[in-house]
Amino acid sequence: MPFEHDNLWGLKYLSADEILYILDEAKAFRNILERDLKKVPTLRWLTVVNLFYEPSTRTRISFELAEKRLSADVVNFSTSTSSVKKGETLRDTISNILAMKVDMIVIRHSSIGTPQYISRTTKVPVINAGDGTNEHPTQALLDFYTMREKFMQFNGLKVVLLGDIRHSRVARSNIYGLKKLGANVVLCAPKTLLPPYPDVFGVDYTTDIDSALDGANVVNVLRLQLERQHSGLIPSLREYRMFWGLTAERKRKLDPDHIIMHPGPINRGVEIDPDIADADDSVILEQVTNGVAIRMAVLYTLASKIKK
Amino acid sequence: MAKYLLKNGHLVDPIQKIDEVCDILISDDYVDAINPESVPDDAEIIDVSGKFIFPGLVDMHTHAREPGEEYREDIESASYAAAAGGYTTIVTMANTKPPIDTADRITFIYERAMTAHTRVYPVGAVSKNLTGEQLSELADMAQSGAVAFSDDGYPIANPELMRNALTYSAQLNLPILVHEIDPALSANGQINEGKVSSLTGMKGIPAAAETSMVARDIDLLKLTGGKLHIQHISTSDSVELIRKAKSDGLAITCEVTPHHLVLTEDDVLESGFDSNFKMMPPLRTSDDVEALRKGLADGTIDAIATDHAPHAVHEKDNPFDMANFGIIGLETALLLVWTKLVSTGIIDKSRMVELMSVNPAKILDIPAGTLKSGEYADITVFDPESEWTVNPNDFKSKSKNTPFANWKTLGKVIMTIVSGDIVFKLR
Repeated sequence: MPFEHDNLWGLKYLSADEILYILDEAKAFRNILERDLKKVPTLRWLTVVNLFYEPSTRTRISFELAEKRLSADVVNFSTSTSSVKKGETLRDTISNILAMKVDMIVIRHSSIGTPQYISRTTKVPVINAGDGTNEHPTQALLDFYTMREKFMQFNGLKVVLLGDIRHSRVARSNIYGLKKLGANVVLCAPKTLLPPYPDVFGVDYTTDIDSALDGANVVNVLRLQLERQHSGLIPSLREYRMFWGLTAERKRKLDPDHIIMHPGPINRGVEIDPDIADADDSVILEQVTNGVAIRMAVLYTLASKIKK
Repeated sequence: MAKYLLKNGHLVDPIQKIDEVCDILISDDYVDAINPESVPDDAEIIDVSGKFIFPGLVDMHTHAREPGEEYREDIESASYAAAAGGYTTIVTMANTKPPIDTADRITFIYERAMTAHTRVYPVGAVSKNLTGEQLSELADMAQSGAVAFSDDGYPIANPELMRNALTYSAQLNLPILVHEIDPALSANGQINEGKVSSLTGMKGIPAAAETSMVARDIDLLKLTGGKLHIQHISTSDSVELIRKAKSDGLAITCEVTPHHLVLTEDDVLESGFDSNFKMMPPLRTSDDVEALRKGLADGTIDAIATDHAPHAVHEKDNPFDMANFGIIGLETALLLVWTKLVSTGIIDKSRMVELMSVNPAKILDIPAGTLKSGEYADITVFDPESEWTVNPNDFKSKSKNTPFANWKTLGKVIMTIVSGDIVFKLR
């Protein structure tokens, strides 16, 4: 199997072949989602625990659906019901969960590196469902799946990541993956929302939205965390929309052959105008559907590594 | 063991300008003679052929965690770790619980030091309860034996307090040791602000958080006189500022830790965010490492100090941003300096002895740094050839938080002598 890894920590670690392998696998699962009977017995033997230490709606539901479509046993765990509030360390929580003999861990956590942290003491496969500002690999994979559906390939595709790059795990996973796939990535944000050293990514970046959007095929609009205003990184949401929001007028700069993406949840009227989010060239809901198929592919691929 | 002869060791003693094989006669607590003309009949002979003899190492930056956090370390265990690492003197920081901010507490450290394997000297807090608001009773602490003052662990944010501390300590002729990290610029920061923080989005601590305070305190030193010692410098610009201040004739000294000389921010990333790579100041860039090494060689940097900061497993074994800052260093410092700096020719062994023994003793005016006849027989015996793999389970420290586990090192402390007594012997 061209997929070498036993975990999905981030796209930083994967090769282009591994990424494409997941996208190919996802195609079959995507077809299953169109059937009347959307469930297959493939992972009947597998028990997955979803550890969500941060609020999440779509990612958590998407993983849970993917697991259930594959007939895995699913245990959900979130901060509100966990013993985190009683002061237990994450190491103790993980040890206890592993002692109950689960086969796979899906983790969302606000701390960077939490998947690697878990893997330091167990061989149970770990899937990163978002670690702080670092990576969100399944989101990027579903973004790539959606791009490929429309454009068939990545070479020469101009992809703009627009918005809070500095704090975005979606942006980072997109950058790592798209670079490997041969796309032409452009980051666009106010300077305070670019990382302090944007050159580290080895992709183009600009604060000027018009030049960024010029001739672009994909614009992936990132959610603006509303608290950025209070921490002094932007003066106001109004000014943000004026200079970096995706508006109907700015959309005209794009290549005629384009799609508009957003990982959600959307702040309508801030990073993207409401009518644009719902227009024909928006694939935002397709992304959500594809997300289930991608997660099925990831679960299936990693599970087949442990199934002897 | 009233009298014994350390025979055939290679003594490196820059104060006496000795760098050659010789015999050292120890009599009770003191060095009796180098190459004695006659050796008493009852003197035991300890053959140390092929080994180096250093004046006992002095760590001017140890967190012994006593009182208050004895589950991490105490004076006995810290000093045992020190002895195993070749140190004969440790200087304990004041940020204990409660902090060492009164003369009584200075006395408490000296009382507890009766349990120690090495000499122990306390630093007193600059400000009451380390809050950076009001000066502690510096003169009273000095009278009880404080060797310096520091709010280490916390920067002194208020420049007026810093000014007063330098002015007041000048009359006591004791240095102020400063932890230079601007609290606002470093708020919530986890690692160096740079490549790795940008790659991951982790909140960074810019070099300017350090250099802006170093620059401020150099200006205050000009204003006040007194003695200023900058702790654990980590950036190339700090080296440059201090180099300039020294050339201007200011009474400024500084130290660097072994980890800032051998690790960079890239190691944080490569470790998969292992919190054993998390400390304050954070690991910087390879350019910074280069500048620090140059500063060691050219005399800008006066001392290598460990910033030995023990933390229990449950405080370190966490996702990176939830783990405590700090690593231990007493049992790896000499090995790292020897392996990465001396055997590679970046500094010579005599400079190493200056950095790890002579200068810390001089800065704090404590009796150490040379094995002249009549001085304390505080001695490190070092085997330069033996290869070693760092294994935290072998540590004498109560804590194991080191990024150097499994590192291959050259050289090993085989014996540590304090006041003529062998306090550590490698088995």
